[in-house]
Amino acid sequence: MRARTLILGSCVLLLLAVPPLATLLGQLYYIDLLRRVMIFAIAAVSLNLILGYGGLVSFGHAAYLGVGGYSVGILAFYGVHNGWLQWAVAIGASALVALVIGAISVRTRGIYFIMITLAFTQMLYYLGISVEEYGGDDGMRLKVKSQFSGLIDLGDPVAFYYLVLALLLVCIYLVHRLVHSRFGLVIRAAKSNEARSRAIGFSPYPYQLAAFVIAGAMCGLAGALLANHTAYIAPAFMDWTRSGEIMFMVILGGMATAPGPALGAFALLIVEDLLAGWTQHWQVILGPLLVLCVLFFKRGLAGLLPGGGKDG
Amino acid sequence: MNAILVFEQLLNGLQFGVMLFLMAAGLTLVFGIMNLVNLAHGSLYMVGAYLTVAAVQWTGSYPLGVLLGLLGTLLVGMLVEVVALRTLYERDHLDQVLATFGLILFFNELIAMVWGRAALYTTLPSYLQGHIEIIPGSIYPVYRALVIGVGLVVGAVLWYVVAKTRLGMLIRAGASNRTMVAALGINIRLLYTIVFGFGAALAGLAGLMAGPIYAVQPGMGELILIQVFVVIVIGGIGSIRGALVGSLVVGVVDTLGRAFLKPLLGHFISPPAAEAAGPALASMLIYLLMAVVLALRPAGLFPAKSG
Repeated sequence: MRARTLILGSCVLLLLAVPPLATLLGQLYYIDLLRRVMIFAIAAVSLNLILGYGGLVSFGHAAYLGVGGYSVGILAFYGVHNGWLQWAVAIGASALVALVIGAISVRTRGIYFIMITLAFTQMLYYLGISVEEYGGDDGMRLKVKSQFSGLIDLGDPVAFYYLVLALLLVCIYLVHRLVHSRFGLVIRAAKSNEARSRAIGFSPYPYQLAAFVIAGAMCGLAGALLANHTAYIAPAFMDWTRSGEIMFMVILGGMATAPGPALGAFALLIVEDLLAGWTQHWQVILGPLLVLCVLFFKRGLAGLLPGGGKDG
Repeated sequence: MNAILVFEQLLNGLQFGVMLFLMAAGLTLVFGIMNLVNLAHGSLYMVGAYLTVAAVQWTGSYPLGVLLGLLGTLLVGMLVEVVALRTLYERDHLDQVLATFGLILFFNELIAMVWGRAALYTTLPSYLQGHIEIIPGSIYPVYRALVIGVGLVVGAVLWYVVAKTRLGMLIRAGASNRTMVAALGINIRLLYTIVFGFGAALAGLAGLMAGPIYAVQPGMGELILIQVFVVIVIGGIGSIRGALVGSLVVGVVDTLGRAFLKPLLGHFISPPAAEAAGPALASMLIYLLMAVVLALRPAGLFPAKSG
């Protein structure tokens, strides 16, 4: 356990050291890349709560990136630039959408759940495309980033980087606390054996729905961050391949582990970046790579750490 | 809104529904028998469309090109089954979804490498370009009518094969108890490969028929795939009858919604509001339909009897 803590601790230190190092070496691109990676890591961490611990295979998690992003974008469109309000709306709206989608889908199991979450995300995607007011297919620019009344300036890439890093760590900690609480025990129990958890008096539905909503809200925050990161909001936020990617981050990093989803996000997006720098047809390599990972790399990256794949 | 326009849009809905059915039948067969969630089913649709375009150009003959395209998709399907999917039957749905997601990325990019990202358009032979008069005063494109006809014939053949032949008997037996079928001396692996190839050919047929109506481009398979998911969720997973009913319902609802929702809304709310809300609502219609069906019947309209 100590070696594991040591490795993960040095990962965090490394992330802390990136902005000064990148500035020193004149490679500002890496600040941007890693900030994007960390935003997706937040999305993956939130998905891990329901997918990894809860066993709910949601293939529509990108929906909340979109809802969060559009919340910021639409408020800014009407001249509301207050970041506190924007982000609160992003989180609240995502939670609400997750509540509606979850109320319908969490009652179903297995393949139904996968298809339904995918279908509802596609519905939101088409909604984004068809509303011309907010840019339709092309999306809309975020002309002014979220304003936090002088507390932090998101226009400063380094400050924004540290904010994202801090939020990522908070989210990992929150999920960790959550799954080790009584609430988390019910979720995990329902995953391992639903009949038994019913037998001892826990109906999993409200717990699973609550987890679904929490995961959606957290991913909505990632959406608000992503909108500020790209200064652009488009239906492509909710593209179904996005959902697939987030899901793959969780699997690659290691399901139901605290650091796994973040590790997966780093691995996937950095490999994507490397491949994309090498050939424009990088997906033709990435695709079979995904298949091989699924077939032969079941434990994920977190499983390679000392202490194994099991969490705490 | 006159009756002829409604009739034509109903036919368009039927035509779209028939294509959804060809996709849904293959997907639901593979799921019912092998317990495999195959996201790459949409890729086979795309492969069918591209191979046919290429084969028509190469042979210069439309029927011959169609035949080669179908055969090609059948072979690609069997190859994919043997190389990648066979090992996934015993895995859980999550692994299947991710691995077939990887296959989609691969196929889309491979197609883009060979044929480029721009959309291809196929030219139909002159005898398929005309119009026919189905009811007096309404002319309908021959090609779309042909698509409806082919779809209905394939549906009937499919029913006959599954319900009346020895192969169909084996398929149904394999769906209810694969170990028992294997114990009775049936080569279940071969059966699976055949069923998969069969489903791939159906997807290829849908794709090659879609070619002249919609654009042939990388990623075309996923657009229809997600609509096919809606069909299957509505119809009930693993049920061919459910796939048929679901396809026709989704096809007609989607087409009518796109055609008539905007003018219809205009009667109730202001025209500019209808202008904005109409297309948005039309594109969400089938998903809302799915939500309603699920709320009333969580296992779909025709839940498959065997687990």
